Amino acid sequence: MNFWQIRSQRPSKSESCNAMKRFTSTGAPRIGLIDFPGSNCDRDCLDAFSRHFGIKLQAVWHSERTLPKLDAVLLPGGFSYGDYLRSGALAAHSPIMVAVKNFVANGGPALGICNGFQILTESHLLPGALLRNQSRKFICKQVDLLAGSGGSVYGRSLAGRRLRMPIAHGEGRYFIDDDGLRRLQDHGQVAFRYVDQSGAASAEANPNGTRDNIAGIVSENGRVLGLMPHPERATDLLVGGSADGLAILESFLSSFM
Amino acid sequence: MASVGSPGGSEFEVVVRLKPEVLDPEARAIQETLTRIGYEGVKAVQVSKRYILTVDDQSGQGASLAEAVAREFLANPVSETFQVRKL
Repeated sequence: MNFWQIRSQRPSKSESCNAMKRFTSTGAPRIGLIDFPGSNCDRDCLDAFSRHFGIKLQAVWHSERTLPKLDAVLLPGGFSYGDYLRSGALAAHSPIMVAVKNFVANGGPALGICNGFQILTESHLLPGALLRNQSRKFICKQVDLLAGSGGSVYGRSLAGRRLRMPIAHGEGRYFIDDDGLRRLQDHGQVAFRYVDQSGAASAEANPNGTRDNIAGIVSENGRVLGLMPHPERATDLLVGGSADGLAILESFLSSFM
Repeated sequence: MASVGSPGGSEFEVVVRLKPEVLDPEARAIQETLTRIGYEGVKAVQVSKRYILTVDDQSGQGASLAEAVAREFLANPVSETFQVRKL
């Protein structure tokens, strides 16, 4: 019995009362959870999608060369390959990423959280790079986000919303050159910014020195979202005091349903 | 394929560093500390990563191979630059 079979035999959690969409096993979307050595938020994702949406994510190991038939892919957080070389750099060159790149090139939706975001930039599926936090510290705290507007499903469904969820990273400082930043802004690709309590993207609200307070961006076609904050860790008021992450996960589902 | 130390293997050095316009918090910390402990004469610090590649250079392609490795893998063109030289 492999690791994933053992996992699937875990007793099911009690149903959540704040589930917004639920699916039967036959009608559920097929979402691949790409697992790398060092991924450590995969289980949080499994739990969040199962508990709140009735979706069982399909784990795909990094050494696979093909994806099963999927509606979307999810790259979880963690420290893939020990963050050697650069965060996400080795994972971006793992065998499964060839298939993931093809999937995205054909318009497939993808969500990358934290290390997943770093992997998406290193794979050139999203522009820019994620660098060492300006403070040199690993930062683990709740932050406030303001969703940007834009043509993506995230912009359409979340624009102007304030969302509270945790960040936990040492290398989350988003960097892109001036031209690239202007392109992101002009095309409505800035999905989330760190904001203060008044809703302003102030220097005080910027946790890591990221450009333009950027916490997450979408691809030009709006189908790929990468963000440093962890929506999957903000899905239950009993854990962390916020369930705002559900709104992002719901938008992700809306991008292909 | 040549392995380390085998005939035909030549060593190439790849140095990868952040672009000048990209803040390097590690370098800044080092410089601030140098200033604090009395080395005010040090005006700037850059931190780089140095890779030594032993590559098959029998057909004279070693430099271009090292260059390709640096460009496509060891350096991120978004934030870093690199230099390659034969040792």
